[in-house]
Amino acid sequence: MDKIRVLLAKPGLDGHDRGIKVIAAALRDAGMEVIYTGLRQTPDKIVSAAIQEDAQFIGMSILSGAHMTLFPAVAKLLKEKGAENIHLFGGGIVPDQDAAKLEEIGVGRIFTPGATTEEIVTYIRDTARDLPEETL
Amino acid sequence: MGLLERFENGDQVALARIISRVENRRTGYQDILARLYAHAGRAQRIGLTGPPGAGKSSLVFRLGELLSASGKKVGIIAVDPTSPFTGGALLGDRIRMQDLSLDPNIFIRSMATRGSTGGLAEATRDTTMVMDAFGFDLVLIETVGVGQVELDIARACDSVVVVFVPESGDAVQAMKAGLMEIADIYCLNKADRDGAERLVLELQSVLGLRQRTNNWEYPIIQTQAINNIGIDDLWQAIKNHREFCQSDTSPEDRQKERIANDLLTIVRGKVDRRLRSVLRDSETFEKVVADILAGSTNPYSAAERLVAELSTALTS
Repeated sequence: MDKIRVLLAKPGLDGHDRGIKVIAAALRDAGMEVIYTGLRQTPDKIVSAAIQEDAQFIGMSILSGAHMTLFPAVAKLLKEKGAENIHLFGGGIVPDQDAAKLEEIGVGRIFTPGATTEEIVTYIRDTARDLPEETL
Repeated sequence: MGLLERFENGDQVALARIISRVENRRTGYQDILARLYAHAGRAQRIGLTGPPGAGKSSLVFRLGELLSASGKKVGIIAVDPTSPFTGGALLGDRIRMQDLSLDPNIFIRSMATRGSTGGLAEATRDTTMVMDAFGFDLVLIETVGVGQVELDIARACDSVVVVFVPESGDAVQAMKAGLMEIADIYCLNKADRDGAERLVLELQSVLGLRQRTNNWEYPIIQTQAINNIGIDDLWQAIKNHREFCQSDTSPEDRQKERIANDLLTIVRGKVDRRLRSVLRDSETFEKVVADILAGSTNPYSAAERLVAELSTALTS
């Protein structure tokens, strides 16, 4: 199987990047290729970077409360750019009912405080197995 | 529409997927490369290498900005190391290039070295060719350090910039082997820091000892990528080098050399993969390992015998 490539991003003005760095290290240690794009990303920058990198996953960390704006914005852009095959998931301070709403618009799992890095690694590996193989 | 048609129509999603196919050596990748080769051969390839933290990504960012502003289309390949223990990699060069993410003239691709067993030079070369075929005017390739792989990558470039910083002071001695020899242009980044002047002098004296194969005068360019200072000078030096090469050797000779290099890399990659698969399936190989362990032979004589057997297997 191809290497799993995950693009990790922090959208918006929230500068708390400790969590996403822990995730980046954990995914790297699980043998994945992690593209970390840094702080203060806009949705279109994130989508454009994920397309160029041909990442199978975008993981966004949002601790600012702006998740109901930023996740849908990225999901919409992915569709517009013909890149809906990229699996969007995330983590942060997100209430359960919001996570459920995000799931309805096609966002994958949202990991909240207390989630272990093993859970996230397992989630990505399992999801990667089910991703469609695009044809030439 | 198929991926290749989309590629030929300038679709970046298709470009990105084709690069993955080539990088992953997925079935059919050779046919893709063979088809794209006809479109390649126009892009100028520029390599940037140097120690970690020298500011290579920041310089690539500034060069990309400058070139894009003058209407050039630029492909960027940023190579970061894969962990030899886990196979994972943290690719962080984009952090310094964020502001290029939305530039329609720029396409950035991060690549992991994926193990020391070779292949990176080949994958980088192939990716460069793919970007070239896509229609980029320039391809900038950023690598860390000075291993055999970096030398191979550098050899595939038209111009190589070696980046260092005032803090590299004592490292100049160590840099002499390898890193110094592959440079066409020296770039002292963070040139506002203490020790810059002294290092330029040291470097000039070291350069006086450098073996020359032509009359190119190696420039030492001082830059401050963060402050956007000296980038024009660096670009001018790259242009000068290109002009020098064009006047120094005939286009046919250069093309011939590049084709020979490309061909050698591709053949080497193929032989290497074939070798691995033959060795993996070979009972002799395991038996020889056991024999060496038992003390009945040694690796040197055993290798001689294996190579003799393998050359038969490889040609069959």
